[in-house]
Amino acid sequence: MSEFTVLDLLDLDLKEHNHLQLKCLAGRSGLSRAITTDKISRPGLALAGYFVDFAGESIQLFGRGEQSYLTLLEKNNDWQNIEKLFSYNLPCVIFIGGTKPSEHFIDIAEKNATAVLTTPLESAVFSRRAYQMLDEVFAETETIHGVLVEVFGIGILITGESGIGKSEAALELIERGHRLISDDTVKLRRLSDNYLIGSGENPMLAHHMEIRGLGIINLHNLFGVGAIREKKQVQLLVHLERWDEKKNYDRLGGQESETIMGISLPKITLPVSLGRNVASLIEMAARNERLRKLGYYSSKEFDQSVLKWLESQAARKLYYNTDALKEGDYDDKRS
Amino acid sequence: MTTRDLEVLTRAGIHARPASMIAETANRYESKIEIEKENMRINAKSIMGIITLGATYRTKLHLICEGSDEEEAAEAMENLFRNRFE
Repeated sequence: MSEFTVLDLLDLDLKEHNHLQLKCLAGRSGLSRAITTDKISRPGLALAGYFVDFAGESIQLFGRGEQSYLTLLEKNNDWQNIEKLFSYNLPCVIFIGGTKPSEHFIDIAEKNATAVLTTPLESAVFSRRAYQMLDEVFAETETIHGVLVEVFGIGILITGESGIGKSEAALELIERGHRLISDDTVKLRRLSDNYLIGSGENPMLAHHMEIRGLGIINLHNLFGVGAIREKKQVQLLVHLERWDEKKNYDRLGGQESETIMGISLPKITLPVSLGRNVASLIEMAARNERLRKLGYYSSKEFDQSVLKWLESQAARKLYYNTDALKEGDYDDKRS
Repeated sequence: MTTRDLEVLTRAGIHARPASMIAETANRYESKIEIEKENMRINAKSIMGIITLGATYRTKLHLICEGSDEEEAAEAMENLFRNRFE
């Protein structure tokens, strides 16, 4: 990832409910400073003179407590700790609740070329949004060759070698009313260390598809806004491969899994051959995955039923003390 | 594994037509062929992947071929770049 500067922070295009509403008050020359960590520091202790373990490389958030302590320091004309605070080359300082620092504070910031920002949000709300934003900015990313689609609300990453029919399968899924996130190159980001979000590598080129024989098509124009999505969590991997006579494919539905960027995801290997409709198989896999999420495991439940049935057969045999149950008897004795 | 350093010599950068020529060339070989730009690595057999690289004039790229015919593949790809996709 290239550098993330304070200017980038101000320029972020965030949606309504997680907008940071930041404005720059002073220290414009410091806007090009890089933010290097995903942490946010509350400089309360530093203002009181305790600089051990002070995180000078992170964003400094002045909440209500820090602000009232600052007023106290200013009243006593005690600028020593504030000067020392700025000597750490802070990326920026942020004042919450729409407040402005004093003239002298701004002068010190200007002198140290540190941007002073303000937001009308309260610190709890701001911190929550800011942490989420920083998590996304500093997320580990990886680009993968595959197609990401959303089927019945499940994010499915379809992988497989070139020409196996990933895009064709995705196209049919879209025809059936599902959504495309990205074709061919999928950018994965690992968020809060436990899930993966996939999106197109470049928003300008996203939602285009290359279909052999047709060329490049624009799905947004062809199918409308309902057929596309910007990003989606990857919840299931579907790997397409050529049907191999010698290979044993899963016949019962035990769960395979694969680890991508340290996160284990359920995986299905689908052999592709003539006459197998890949799109409807993927649809079925998505339905099955939703059942699993609800705690219902089709193949396990089936196995349980078989076991129960065998058990009851055995019990019945014992009870009636017969060697074999006659076909016709079965229904009468069931009740 | 055979690797080569490539440079885009066409002024227009890698747009649709050069991308299709790269994919076409790459598809002639068995080997796994990938192109790297900074921290991005894509499959050279896919047109959309190549376009996504956003390679402009004088962009430096890194070619990685792996497989039975990697030498020939790397050679062909290098020629294609050297000849400005003519």
